Amino acid sequence: MATYLEFIQQNEERDGVRFSWNVWPSSRLEATRMVVPLACLLTPLKERPDLPPVQYEPVLCSRPTCKAILNPLCQVDYRAKLWACNFCFQRNQQLLLPNLSTPETFFRGARSPLIFLYVVDTCLEEDDLQALKESLQMSLSLLPPDALVGLITFGRMVQVHELSCEGISKSYVFRGTKDLTAKQIQDMLGLTKPAMPMQQARPAQPQEHPFVSSRFLQPIHKIDMNLTDLLGELQRDPWPVTQGKRPLRSTGVALSIAVGLLEGTFPNTGARIMLFTGGPPTQGPGMVVGDELKVPIRSWHDIEKDNARFMKKATKHYEMLANRTATNGHCIDIYACALDQTGLLEMKCCPNLTGGHMVMGDSFNTSLFKQTFQRIFSKDFNGDFRMAFGATLDVKTSRELKIAGAIGPCVSLNVKGPCVSENELGVGGTSQWKICGLDPTSTLGIYFEVVNQHNSPIPQGGRGAIQFVTQYQHSSTQKRIRVTTIARNWADAQSQLKHIEAAFDQEAAAVLMARLGVFRAESEEGPDVLRWLDRQLIRLCQKFGQYNKEDPTSFRLSDSFSLYPQFMFHLRRSPFLQVFNNSPDESSYYRHHFARQDLTQSLIMIQPILYSYSFHGPPEPVLLDSSSILADRILLMDTFFQIVIYLGETIAQWRKAGYQDMPEYENFKHLLQAPLDDAQEILQARFPMPRYVNTEHGGSQARFLLSKVNPSQTHNNLYAWGQETGAPILTDDVSLQVFMDHLKKLAVSSAS
Amino acid sequence: MNVNQSAPPVPPFGQSQPIYPGYHQSSYGGQPGSAVPPTPYGAYNGPVPGYQQTHPQGVSRAPPSSGAPPVSTAQAPCGQAAYGQFGQGDIQNGPSSTVQMQRLPGSQQFGSPLAPVVSQPAVLQPYGPPPTSAQVTAQLAGMQLSGAVAPAPPPSGLGYGPPTSLASASGSFPNSGPYGSYPQGQASPLSQAQGHPGVQPPLRSAPPLASSFTPPASGGPRMPSMTGPLPPGQGFGGPPVSQPNHVSSPPVQALPPGTQMTGPPVPPPPMHSPQQPGYQLQQNGSFGPAGGPQPSYGGPYPGAPNFGSQPGPPQPLPPKRLDPDAIPSPIQVIEDDRNNRGSEPFVTGVRGQVPPLVTTNFLVKDQGNASPRYIRCTSYNIPCTSDMAKQAQVPLAAVIKPLARLPPEEASPYVVDHGESGPLRCNRCKAYMCPFMQFVEGGRRFQCCFCSCVNDVPPQYFQHLDHTGKRVDAYDRPELSLGSYEFLATVDYCKNNKFPSPPAFIFMIDVSYNAIRTGLVRLLCEELKSLLDYLPREGGAEESAIRVGFVTYNKVLHFYNVKSSLAQPQMMVVSDVADMFVPLLDGFLVNVNESRAVITSLLDQIPEMFADTRETETVFAPVIQAGMEALKAAECAGKLFLFHTSLPVAEAPGRLKNRDDRKLINTDKEKTLFQPQTGAYQTLAKDCVAQGCCVDLFLFPNQYVDVATLSVVPQLTGGSVYKYACFQVENDQERFLSDLRRDIQKVVGFDAVMRVRTSTGIRAVDFFGAFYMSNTTDVELAGLDGDKTVTVEFKHDDRLNEESGAVLQCALLYTSCAGQRRLRIHNLALNCCTQLADLYRNCETDTLINYMAKFAYRGVLNSPVKTVRDTLITQCAQILACYRKNCASPSSAGQLILPECMKLLPVYLNCVLKSDVLQPGAEVTTDDRAYVRQLVTSMDVAETNVFFYPRLLPLTKSPIESTSEPPAVRASEERLSNGDIYLLENGLNLFLWVGASVQQGVVQSLFNVSSFTQITSGLGVLPVLDNPLSKKVRGLIASLRAQRMRYMKLIVVKQEDKLEMLFKHFLVEDKSLSGGASYVDFLCHMHKEIRQLLS
Repeated sequence: MATYLEFIQQNEERDGVRFSWNVWPSSRLEATRMVVPLACLLTPLKERPDLPPVQYEPVLCSRPTCKAILNPLCQVDYRAKLWACNFCFQRNQQLLLPNLSTPETFFRGARSPLIFLYVVDTCLEEDDLQALKESLQMSLSLLPPDALVGLITFGRMVQVHELSCEGISKSYVFRGTKDLTAKQIQDMLGLTKPAMPMQQARPAQPQEHPFVSSRFLQPIHKIDMNLTDLLGELQRDPWPVTQGKRPLRSTGVALSIAVGLLEGTFPNTGARIMLFTGGPPTQGPGMVVGDELKVPIRSWHDIEKDNARFMKKATKHYEMLANRTATNGHCIDIYACALDQTGLLEMKCCPNLTGGHMVMGDSFNTSLFKQTFQRIFSKDFNGDFRMAFGATLDVKTSRELKIAGAIGPCVSLNVKGPCVSENELGVGGTSQWKICGLDPTSTLGIYFEVVNQHNSPIPQGGRGAIQFVTQYQHSSTQKRIRVTTIARNWADAQSQLKHIEAAFDQEAAAVLMARLGVFRAESEEGPDVLRWLDRQLIRLCQKFGQYNKEDPTSFRLSDSFSLYPQFMFHLRRSPFLQVFNNSPDESSYYRHHFARQDLTQSLIMIQPILYSYSFHGPPEPVLLDSSSILADRILLMDTFFQIVIYLGETIAQWRKAGYQDMPEYENFKHLLQAPLDDAQEILQARFPMPRYVNTEHGGSQARFLLSKVNPSQTHNNLYAWGQETGAPILTDDVSLQVFMDHLKKLAVSSAS
Repeated sequence: MNVNQSAPPVPPFGQSQPIYPGYHQSSYGGQPGSAVPPTPYGAYNGPVPGYQQTHPQGVSRAPPSSGAPPVSTAQAPCGQAAYGQFGQGDIQNGPSSTVQMQRLPGSQQFGSPLAPVVSQPAVLQPYGPPPTSAQVTAQLAGMQLSGAVAPAPPPSGLGYGPPTSLASASGSFPNSGPYGSYPQGQASPLSQAQGHPGVQPPLRSAPPLASSFTPPASGGPRMPSMTGPLPPGQGFGGPPVSQPNHVSSPPVQALPPGTQMTGPPVPPPPMHSPQQPGYQLQQNGSFGPAGGPQPSYGGPYPGAPNFGSQPGPPQPLPPKRLDPDAIPSPIQVIEDDRNNRGSEPFVTGVRGQVPPLVTTNFLVKDQGNASPRYIRCTSYNIPCTSDMAKQAQVPLAAVIKPLARLPPEEASPYVVDHGESGPLRCNRCKAYMCPFMQFVEGGRRFQCCFCSCVNDVPPQYFQHLDHTGKRVDAYDRPELSLGSYEFLATVDYCKNNKFPSPPAFIFMIDVSYNAIRTGLVRLLCEELKSLLDYLPREGGAEESAIRVGFVTYNKVLHFYNVKSSLAQPQMMVVSDVADMFVPLLDGFLVNVNESRAVITSLLDQIPEMFADTRETETVFAPVIQAGMEALKAAECAGKLFLFHTSLPVAEAPGRLKNRDDRKLINTDKEKTLFQPQTGAYQTLAKDCVAQGCCVDLFLFPNQYVDVATLSVVPQLTGGSVYKYACFQVENDQERFLSDLRRDIQKVVGFDAVMRVRTSTGIRAVDFFGAFYMSNTTDVELAGLDGDKTVTVEFKHDDRLNEESGAVLQCALLYTSCAGQRRLRIHNLALNCCTQLADLYRNCETDTLINYMAKFAYRGVLNSPVKTVRDTLITQCAQILACYRKNCASPSSAGQLILPECMKLLPVYLNCVLKSDVLQPGAEVTTDDRAYVRQLVTSMDVAETNVFFYPRLLPLTKSPIESTSEPPAVRASEERLSNGDIYLLENGLNLFLWVGASVQQGVVQSLFNVSSFTQITSGLGVLPVLDNPLSKKVRGLIASLRAQRMRYMKLIVVKQEDKLEMLFKHFLVEDKSLSGGASYVDFLCHMHKEIRQLLS
């Protein structure tokens, strides 16, 4: 084994797991002194082209409280056909070949088709609606032919379209202002008719079941044309909108009906509710803003001043829906395209708790939306959709560990077991979570607590083990179980701190800490979170830094920690923790993605990547620093949410002069093209599609770049003023240098 | 202008001043022959039959009575004067009878108003020829009814004059006509009673009889009088009357009744036990003296015949009861009026003119007062004081049909545009400019005829006055010269100060299992496809401005988007019936032509879509709510056409229980059957009215649907209810489609408010009809069509002035079917009187009955039916007693004297009393009663007339060639001959009764079967055969149907068949199975009541 870095990468490749610590402190006390908790980023469905399917049932540990699955870490006695559970040490009979740390098992059981329920806002501008209709029609061709689709449209009213009828198209209409219980909705949709006979004729029920629901959810191959026409005829909401008013948009009720519909017809079957909305909910339960245009939608300022009168109620409504949806194993996507806010702040819990997507754009008539939407239906190397449903994640730990919680697109299943810690980090108090919608990149942060007492040392060579069991509905509609079992060495922090230190994964740690911070930020005041982060950073530096007391200049960090402070610096400035300049919706949007992306993407979000293109050589990554902004460079910045191409002053002038069109300056043309091509490459793979910004020195859009770079040169630090390098940023923010200076000072201070 | 001025002969308005002179002329002027004038007059007064009850001794009496007549005659002249509307107080007594005389100046001075008064009333004058006795006096001597003939005013043209006076006929003569039959010879009464046949014949054969009787009548005059009223044709014929008179002498008549009661009354056992017995007793009591005789008669029926011996041939048959021919006959009255007034236009120039009967075809010329087609009053002469009014008990009411349809010969009201300032109105009472406004100060100001306020004339409206004080342009301006006209309303008269959008029709179709099963939905959808081309349109508009929308429903509602741009209609289901709303706006209400393809497609598909429905439950209130909300959303008024099949039991607002309980009938709780189950519908209706949403309801029930509750909204929104029990396409299709077509096509005004203003002194206090009132003066009508009437009752709040009379102005603000906001104004000037006789002489019984029926039908909502009936009887008795006491010539207490104008009051009232609502038969369902109840509420006078007293037409009596409608016969089984075929209609039902021994040839040519037995009982359609009889009958049926608001489904009834029971129900002069009194019995009862009041 070469370096920890390679080890880490191998592990990630194989198991989709990255731990903050790869050697674990063996006692509770020491573990807490490590500052960064023992935690991991788990990508349950990480794509593994090489993963062979196992066609047998998992072998379970026979201890009822354990039920861990036989795995490579177990001690196996082939002759006695016994295996010992590595979690509870139960000795089990029976044996099969355990050779994979992450096997996946398929079940052929009852196949239930995937369900896609479109919930479409019709209060859109004509061209927006047209674009959306086209996207939706297009999506029909991407769906698996046996998928069930449904359509709900809403504006002032909510219409549930019946798809089975011929001739007259039929829809059930609901008032957009009235909150209905699931029972009422099902009654009104006529879904409860067989309620009476159901009890008597139980056996017949299963066959009848699909029939009932089929009125609103039909196999796409049967009603493809029908639905295409229906979408084609979709009109803008016909109710007049008077001057100075917002259209009445019943998003809350529409979602409620969608949830109720699926709840009544296909509970615990993979289903996506896909909400397409072009503005904030303006009436009924879940309304976010009134219809008076003169009253703007809430801002962070309003929220701080407790001036957002609809926020709490609306949030409660959507939370209720999200929880119900999660209970039913369905997920909710939100595709919000509008120039102003659309209420994502209030609605965020719907995708957040159910593993749905959240997409934010300016218009449905943009490639950002169109391509993002298309990407939902992308397929993997097996030709399967990159989506899975209704997953439960069960985590088992060896007895030295307990589970503190998880942060990600999941809800607790409230399964209390012996390995559940009383201290919560994230969503805790359980060893199982439900992830209603997930894809190969969905990543959860899972936090642990070392509970082994200091006085009961772990024998040398002892290993701690964690097993992640993910049961889910594959997009091929199969039920599958994926089991990942990992083990790490224990180490005594006092004697083997170096080992532990070397096995620190600062990237994972940064992301995991960031998730904690963002998680806190949802419920706490921004400054408190920042203070907490700072304190953690300082403590970490104190613990692992090498320095002389009270001598900041002597402060050093080892390689495995060297980047960590920088991550924290950018995290502090990130939109995940700073709401300045962001609307509440934007903050919600950013946080949503941050809480579900894998490590690489999360890091990009924390600290954007900056490439520089010039005639001086091949493109190179450069510091995310104002000093990197040079006149003769082209910069390409990837913040995950934005791809910014920035032409330096000179380059911009050249381009303006048209050199790229002159044959003799073809190299300039190539230079201009290079970042575009690279950007294209990123755009291809990224979900959601980033905002693509092509700007130049002095361009208004340059702010995207300027706000991200470390303001090493500002109008304040005169020493840099007038120098040739870099570009000053007009900000009062502290630069990384200043930040580091303070950090060192505090770290070496004996006072703290 | 000038031309115009000159044109009108006598300025109608001026009248009041010019009074006498003018008036005469004007009133009669219109008519061609001098003779004419009388005619009209006569019409009313027509025949005044008198009923006398003579004591047994009657005979002896008779003479004296006859004596009386002369007196009356004398007075008669005076009468005329009275008649003149000019309210000369003196005249009144008059015995208007003389009226005709009017012309004769001399006549007017009736010296003494005295005696004459009473009897004369008979307005003989009318048709000179048939001097009608002013009043009908019936003498019910003791038990007998002797027709006391009203003395026909002799003076009247024909020199019957004397007879008039006869009226006095203390019963004896003329009038007795009606009763006469009985009376014939004293003895005769009895005899007659017993054997109608015998008696009748004589009667019919008027001439001979008359003659024969005459002598006895002593008063030759009577004869005439009698005759007058009774056109020969009719059984009633004058002559018979006379007979009675003769008879009068024989108080015997009394016996008949008695007899009935007692043993002999073979017929039906005393139905209303209370009545009969009471009756008897009273009689006895009253007759104290007579009592003696009675018994004697009573006992020995046989004896009766003896009496009969007199003039008429004594009849062997046992007497049964009074001879129906002797009592006032509606047929006769109608016939007389037709003959006398049908030929001349009714010119409205004169104040207080009583129009011809509704059963008479006449043209109207508007010369300043609204046509009787728009307004009819119970009396055209109003008592000046409330004391008088109270005394008379005659309800003062007007039956107003603001949007009545006119025959093509009459012009519809002119539309007047007063420009931006809007119609000119009185500043104080807000009355609209009308012909009765008085211009003063050279035309610079005008004095309001209602409140006397003097207003400035706006400069743009100024016009000079001519030497008579009339505006020079009076005849150029409809509002100054006509009784009815329209103003264009300005935006001030519009809701929210916005001109209205064109109204909309929404068709809301029940598609539950029942509706589908019966084929209703398919039929309806098919029909609507073509019917939508006939939506009402304004004037010469190319296409209707009305937009249409469609909803189907069972326990949820389905709205349809039929926007023209769609390839297919879209259905939108609303299941949230608890909280109804409209799911769409654009595309719901559409122009028929633009969206034709989509609508057709929809109507094609609706029956298919629900063909397999299993849904049996329906909702109702949410449906209306939805329609109303749709109109609200579209910001327009309109009409909902609901096609509904069953009791709405689905869980929803307005859900109903089956609460039908026949056990409640005749209990104090019976009223609950007429009351809505829940208040929800009233609330809903209120909302509908606010939105101008009128609801027409077509019901197709198989069982109880609670019409009382379901009809609340239609009733309060000015809509109509149609009910087709046990609907089957084969049998009921024609009726339903015909009603539907008519209903959809009829012109409707929307979002209307009606206000009736009156001269100071009286005030509109009560309103009946299909509308809603949120305050005490404004009648709010979500919709109002040409068939709907509003009945308004007036009460005094001050004295009226004889000279200035009383003016009514009905102003209706509405939105036309093209969306134009208009005001329709109807003005009517009435006379005022200080003498009760004038009141009685200018009454209109048909209108009175219309009012009383409505009053009673409303009463059942709050009082036990028995109470309501008693109230009616009491009121009727009071009216007649007041007349008897104050206006009739003195005569024996045993004499029943009826004012000429009201001689049909008892028979009609009896019809009301025994109608299904007030006295239900066993086969009448609760729904039927509720249905009829609400139907009657907005009926006009013509409808109530035929509804309560059906028309019975013999088909085979008159020669086949004759093209005119055969003369009707009285609605009594006795009038049916088993060798004939009859048609009976009452506006809702149509029966063809086939006698058991009808000639085979007739059967063959009418039914295409060879014998009576092969005729299918209950047949609904006559085969189309190419022979004169078949053509004639079918033609007649078609013409009858065309006259009525609703399609009457034909039912063929064979004599002696079980269906005959149904038919007999409509023979209203007979005793009904449900206990309704026969005409004769009721008359006796009424007489008894009157006597009680008088004593």
